[in-house]
Amino acid sequence: MRTTTGGRIDRSRTLTFTFDGETYTGHPGDTLASALLAAGRHSIATSITLGRPRGVTAAWAEDSGGLVQIEEPFPEPMLPATTVELYDGLSARGLAGRGRLADVPDSARYDARHHHVDVLVVGAGPAGLTAALDAAREGKRVALVDEQSEAGGSLLGEPSRPAWVGAAVAELATFPDVLHLQRTTAFGRYDDGFVLALERRTDHLGAAAPKHLSRQRVWRLRARAIVVATGAHERPIVFADNDRPGIMLAGAARTFLHRYGVLAGREVVVFTTNDSAYDAAFDLHRAGAKVRAIVDARTAVPARTAEACEKAGIWLLTDSVVTGTRGVDRITHAMVGTDPIQCDLLLVSGGWNPAVHLFSQSRGTLRFDETLGAFVPGEPLDGVTVIGSAAGEVVPAMTLWRVPGPAERQFVDLQRDATVADIEHAVGAGLRSIEHVKRFTTIGTAHDQGKTSGVLTSGIVAELLGVPVRDTGTTTFRPPYTPVAFAALAGRDRGHLFDPERYTALHDWHVGAGAVFEDVGQWKRPRYYPRPGEDMETAVLRECAAARTGVGLLDGSTLGKIDVRGPDAAVLLDRLYTNLMSTLKPGLVRYGVLCGVDGMVIDDGTVMRLADDHFLVMTTTGGAARILDWMEEWHQTEWPELRVHCTSVTEHWATFPVVGPRSRDVVGAVFPDVDVSRDAFPFMAIRETTLDGVPVRLARISFSGELAYEVYVNSWYAVAIWQRLLAAGQQYGITPYGTETMHVLRAEKGYPIIGQDTDGTVTPQDLGMSWVVSKKKVDFVGKRSFARPANLDPRRKHLVGLLPLDRETVLPEGSQIIAELTAPPVAMLGHVTSSYRSAELGRPFALALLKGGRERVGEVLQVPVNGALVPVEVTGPVLVDPEGARRDG
Amino acid sequence: MQLIDCPHCGPREEVEFSYGGQAGVAYPADPAALDDEQWAHYVFFRDNPKGRFAERWYHAVGCRRWFNAVRDTVTYRFEGR
Repeated sequence: MRTTTGGRIDRSRTLTFTFDGETYTGHPGDTLASALLAAGRHSIATSITLGRPRGVTAAWAEDSGGLVQIEEPFPEPMLPATTVELYDGLSARGLAGRGRLADVPDSARYDARHHHVDVLVVGAGPAGLTAALDAAREGKRVALVDEQSEAGGSLLGEPSRPAWVGAAVAELATFPDVLHLQRTTAFGRYDDGFVLALERRTDHLGAAAPKHLSRQRVWRLRARAIVVATGAHERPIVFADNDRPGIMLAGAARTFLHRYGVLAGREVVVFTTNDSAYDAAFDLHRAGAKVRAIVDARTAVPARTAEACEKAGIWLLTDSVVTGTRGVDRITHAMVGTDPIQCDLLLVSGGWNPAVHLFSQSRGTLRFDETLGAFVPGEPLDGVTVIGSAAGEVVPAMTLWRVPGPAERQFVDLQRDATVADIEHAVGAGLRSIEHVKRFTTIGTAHDQGKTSGVLTSGIVAELLGVPVRDTGTTTFRPPYTPVAFAALAGRDRGHLFDPERYTALHDWHVGAGAVFEDVGQWKRPRYYPRPGEDMETAVLRECAAARTGVGLLDGSTLGKIDVRGPDAAVLLDRLYTNLMSTLKPGLVRYGVLCGVDGMVIDDGTVMRLADDHFLVMTTTGGAARILDWMEEWHQTEWPELRVHCTSVTEHWATFPVVGPRSRDVVGAVFPDVDVSRDAFPFMAIRETTLDGVPVRLARISFSGELAYEVYVNSWYAVAIWQRLLAAGQQYGITPYGTETMHVLRAEKGYPIIGQDTDGTVTPQDLGMSWVVSKKKVDFVGKRSFARPANLDPRRKHLVGLLPLDRETVLPEGSQIIAELTAPPVAMLGHVTSSYRSAELGRPFALALLKGGRERVGEVLQVPVNGALVPVEVTGPVLVDPEGARRDG
Repeated sequence: MQLIDCPHCGPREEVEFSYGGQAGVAYPADPAALDDEQWAHYVFFRDNPKGRFAERWYHAVGCRRWFNAVRDTVTYRFEGR
């Protein structure tokens, strides 16, 4: 019930909310838990496996019972009612076991900020505030973060918040280099003073939250020094039926009274092992509750305390314990042995656990303190100071983990419905390590991550094993301290901001032409250009036919390009490519393959020699950054004496392959200064020209097997050149084509795509490209590995072609290849790496990696597709124009 | 996330770096002179000590320079240069 006065709530305003369909009211400053308790409602949720009623057990994030599902304004599962600040229009339900994720997209914004400070203080309680103020006064750059709605920490649970708290907050605000954040939970501490904190910026405003503000913000804080002032959690005591609504930690009842003006019960029993619970008993007594008994496990209590009980008329039982409870939705009796004591609120205090989570998360070792019955920070850490209650400055307590009783009804972890019996089973099964017990029982793995159950488990396991608690130790504390939504961690890095999107200079043209795009690395590339009524298959057949019989045009600008320049440029390339580049004459192009030291192909592409000391190296679209790094690594770490520079120029050059029998007509028309005749401009030659004063480079390179020219121009002029090529090609039906057609054309020619037809276990020889491996060079990266026995094994997988005999099935890429169906295990001979329908062949075909494949050409093998076997003929990988007459034409 | 002290740029966030494995494994002067086992040791075998380890690091999204550093594999801590 609500007290008539007091609390840090605004009684002048009323907020209306619903819970489990019923309407309630509260005040600004309330949490959902305090407002429900004010209405006399203790039973909040039902437990996950046993379905037992559960209620509020604590006043903040350590609560293990009062989990709710927010329904309005936006669905959010599994929040402790104690941490949900009340707002008008809130609609929530008690959690019945599991939560429910929203089935609509979250429209709220989440963001992140980086901040660097000299001193980060976590916790704005008395210790933290003092530390922050001291540091600020010394002129340090300070951040102070605290998870509550206002500063004060444990002082918020005192009869009145001391005036100095407000003064300290006001003084901190006068320092320009102090960042003070409330509603901000430091949830993870990592190496070198890095701390992640979650700021809840608008949750407490409900529907009134301004739309321009991010809902939550992740602070990435880097601090030279961290002060951990995170306080302490009160520790429960385990007894039978200790999970009923109306059983809560003593300090929590005090916080509800003083902070929220809520008397959590009228008839109170207190069960304690230490002095701190007496404050709660006397405060609730003064506020009008009937304290029926204080049950203290200690044989004696301080004389002053006993006198105060007598004066207040409170029955004090020493050397006694609560052994059980009665009640269903709310406690009705606390049992002391066989004596029931009537009550509607049972307050429990087994002592205090310093909140050592942040200290422990990153290699902070803990020490068990016998006088506190708790773990405290052990060896000091560089750059981390723990102060106040978190350092162990808490009330000493007699150690009592559990009272004797029926283990299967003694709850240790309420959220997991895990009992002492479960721990007994774990220990009985032979488990000795606390980490194993945790995994066996699931204790500490729920929403609260064992904030109240962890130390209890250590104590109970130690008792069962008959060893000191310091030997049992505690499980590792891991971030996050409290749950953090994935949406907050993702921040703005979602949707199209998840990864940078790269566009070629022609992107707008592609969009206008109705291209269907595909992602190639970060690039958006046109996959095909459907005409009205066309699906991908018909569009690609049309585009392929145009390139093979007329002329096609591709935006190949995403091709990786590296400018390699310097007197030793040829030396570097000779050492990295399997073939010779130093013998290439300026003005010519050579195809090359790069291998790792293990001899496996890592990339391929053409290399242009522009001058003696100047090469333009092409990589695969996906390999551009990796191959630049590869060149830098070898240059910097092995051959720093080489005078060469490698520069990425991928974006600088737009690249347009003009492909097909009519490509000569188109290129010749657009660039009249260039003699494009077969003899004047042969295959693998380069020509430099200008068009309206703009330098253009042409090269006879073919990734399709057709007569083809690649046009290179500064990206600024990409659109203009593209338009001129289209205009010149109109009379030949010039057809823009996308990556899908590009893949079909190259596959028909048996040109592998590194990373699709290879997987890091494929050598140039496996690809049938022994011709690209120099026999003249003494050495190059990968050469020695070619002589390893495994690389000479004739059973290695080779790149081959496959033709389905039914002339109809497009084999799914990744399909396995077998000789025949036998009893399992069926021997796998290889797999399909590329598979398309071919306009040129009039049937589907595939590329595959096949064991001993070159020896199997002509054989018929089987490929399982959708439960049936498709017979396929093994062929060489080149299915179109094996002589290369078209390409050289 | 650690701060790694790039010799050219100073301390930077760990995500800017990529790891290059054990330092001091030179490319053999004459690979053809090595037998298969010796070559396999160069290609595939690296130390994996508990404690001090000389490593190669690459400031991949910074100055793009490679450098060597000694790090403790237990504490992750880099030794000052």
